[in-house]
Amino acid sequence: MAEQINTNSYKPNLEIFSATLQRLAVTDKNIIAVTSDSRGSGKLVPFGQKFPDQMVEVGIAEQNLVGVAAGLASCGKKVFAVSPACFLTARALEQIKNDVAYSDNPVNVIGISAGVSYGALGSTHHSLHDYAALRAVNNIIVVAPADNFETEKAIELAAATNHPVYLRFGKKPMPPLKEVNDDVFAFGKGRIICEGDDVAIIATGEAVYPALEAARKLQAQNIQTTVVSMHTIKPLDTALLESLAKKCKAIVTVEEHSVYGGLGEACASFLMQNNYHNKFKIIGIPDEYTVTGSQTEIMDHYGISEKGIADAVIELLK
Amino acid sequence: MTTKELKAKSIDYRKKILQYIKIANAGHTGGSLSCTDILNVLYNKVLNVSPGNFSSPDRDRYIQSKGHCVEALFVVLADQGFFPEEDLNTLCKYKSHYIGHPTKKVKGVEQNTGALGHGLPIATGTALAAKMDQKDFKVYTLMGDGEMPEGSNWEAALSAAQYKLDNLCAIVDKNGLQITAATKDVCNTDPLDKKWEAFGWAVKEVNGNDVEQLIAAFDSLPFEKGKPSVIIAHTTKGKGVSYMENQLKWHHGVPSNEEYALAQQELDKALSEL
Repeated sequence: MAEQINTNSYKPNLEIFSATLQRLAVTDKNIIAVTSDSRGSGKLVPFGQKFPDQMVEVGIAEQNLVGVAAGLASCGKKVFAVSPACFLTARALEQIKNDVAYSDNPVNVIGISAGVSYGALGSTHHSLHDYAALRAVNNIIVVAPADNFETEKAIELAAATNHPVYLRFGKKPMPPLKEVNDDVFAFGKGRIICEGDDVAIIATGEAVYPALEAARKLQAQNIQTTVVSMHTIKPLDTALLESLAKKCKAIVTVEEHSVYGGLGEACASFLMQNNYHNKFKIIGIPDEYTVTGSQTEIMDHYGISEKGIADAVIELLK
Repeated sequence: MTTKELKAKSIDYRKKILQYIKIANAGHTGGSLSCTDILNVLYNKVLNVSPGNFSSPDRDRYIQSKGHCVEALFVVLADQGFFPEEDLNTLCKYKSHYIGHPTKKVKGVEQNTGALGHGLPIATGTALAAKMDQKDFKVYTLMGDGEMPEGSNWEAALSAAQYKLDNLCAIVDKNGLQITAATKDVCNTDPLDKKWEAFGWAVKEVNGNDVEQLIAAFDSLPFEKGKPSVIIAHTTKGKGVSYMENQLKWHHGVPSNEEYALAQQELDKALSEL
């Protein structure tokens, strides 16, 4: 039977995270997953079944999750501390700052169900502050993979990196950004998904795909768009940013995060301080009581969508 | 090292703690003096830690959760040969690595601490790693009684019991005072022994300023197979200097020249009377 290509065949990045971790754990007994009653939402049930000795459960206790992870990492374990991003990067922020980043214990802090993935569960479960908070913490790489390819590469890199990394994942199935992934994935190096000279859309995480859809829509209106998956928010790929500023009339950033302190402001800061004055727009979640809805409804509401991004580009280019 | 030699060490450490606090014009005086005997016994009798084995994965681990009492730790580490003691003349000075809390930039320090309630979770993860790798090293963490209300301590206490970490030993420096007032009047955590027991730990209480009692407690670790151990060390804040003992103002007080001279005289006298 011919395999049909439809959206149902796409996998959530978290499933790829789990599959990659399982693949690595087969040959590396130092791969450890630490969870806070979060193995189900982290897609780690099969990992726990296959590698029970490499799974640590601390219960619903995020501060301890990160502290324990730091202790394990200090003894050479390649630790993935997995918990919903909303709790992990707020309640355990001090542990991330001190026990992981400041002490340079190479924990991979995995924020799951991030952004507005939890939809109508509301603000307690949304993480719209994590880029901002962690950008201001010294010695941690901040990464939001956009698709399955980026996820697999990011996990492989994180396991091999001897310094703290924060990785952020959503929940929904993600289509591939490219038909052929022939580019090199590296932390701190943005991926160019398509190229055009009128506008650059720099997006991160699950906001990259709607940016790509918007680019296709704009193409039909003869607006040539570069789309970048800026998976690494810190350190920011400023060389790429500079080349985009030279090439494109306008720059739009897109993120499933507060418009304060995230990718957009990171880009704006670099551009202004280096005398680039392109037309510029940050698309994200405004500083307000977030509208109720599913993740898609919330993202649509705030213009993190094909239409919203395309409309913003057209308005900016006027 | 004999008991008498250890007692002399404690007095010498106290003299140096005051010396470097005086030079830095800053420091956590009372708490450093209360935990001096604990650090003395740990580094001179208990820990398999030295400058020579500090990069060995098999060394014991000491994590100082009550990081603000760093002056006691730095003085002991210098005595152990981790760095030249004269480095401490730069304590808290511009561009010095010797800051007011433990930092790994100083040789002999395992973890950067200072925010309270962080030592036990890290120690728990470290002890768990030892169990995973079937290594024999032990993990020790020193906590203050003032930091007992931090919830992260009790989260870690649960995990340590869950994982049966009998290679882990917490020491509570129970000097009874914190920056605001008596600990029992700020947020009472008594009966502390019952709380630790309820969380699945084996408990011993000792006079934490008595090196013989401390040695006996450490020698009997683990207190119960399959359980993490906690030593509740009853101490005197400001121990060894009459006018500092049990006085709130010496939490982070720096002695005047006259006070400093008097403190050194008292400690010299105690040394001569050993």
